[in-house]
Amino acid sequence: MTAQVTIRIQEADFDIAREIAVLTRARTDIGAVVSFSGICRGSEAGEAIAALTLEHYPGMAEAEIARHADTAMSRWPLTGLTVIHRVGRIVPGENIVLVLTASKHRQAAFQAAEFMMDYLKAHAPFWKREESAGGSGWVDARDHDDDAAARWTKS
Amino acid sequence: MKVKYFAWVRERVGKAEETLEPPADVRTVGDLMAWLAGQNETYAHAFETPRVIRAAIDQAHVKPDTMIAGAREIAFFPPMTGG
Repeated sequence: MTAQVTIRIQEADFDIAREIAVLTRARTDIGAVVSFSGICRGSEAGEAIAALTLEHYPGMAEAEIARHADTAMSRWPLTGLTVIHRVGRIVPGENIVLVLTASKHRQAAFQAAEFMMDYLKAHAPFWKREESAGGSGWVDARDHDDDAAARWTKS
Repeated sequence: MKVKYFAWVRERVGKAEETLEPPADVRTVGDLMAWLAGQNETYAHAFETPRVIRAAIDQAHVKPDTMIAGAREIAFFPPMTGG
């Protein structure tokens, strides 16, 4: 059976159990499903966060995630991969992003999920604006995310 | 060519997108940033630290030395904070 790749960018929340069910439906070749969900935290550096607003570059965001997905599919023997990234206003406790990977054995699923998140955080065109009691401002990118993406580059 | 701006670059420029026809001697992405910065104080403020601004041509990341000839869409934005 061919691998199933699903990429969605949406304002609405996602249902992780439903997405896993879609990925595994009618297949008997999946031995492992790994799920990562990124969640809006309630504070940053000691200050309470009221909300995050996610802006994105429509068209490029989907294309860039698809490029990462193609790379993951070519590097690991995956039977399925799902990425859902929310945009718009998100409050603490809510989901931001979902990565699901499915494979016959767990090593590919774990590694591909970590790869997808490292690459997505460094290269996918989304930007977070943070609202707190002190006002609102754009979140700064972290060198840590670029470093995390770089460690997947084969030497 | 269409030029799009995102996040604080968009806020500083004051618009999300525009159509530009830079002169022929504006050859690379870096040249385009410098040309925009020279247009007026608003653009100068937006592009005052070019090394923190990222660019994409036709929805793919590019480096500042990439040629812009033939580009349909160029975007400028800060380092990304998705995920």
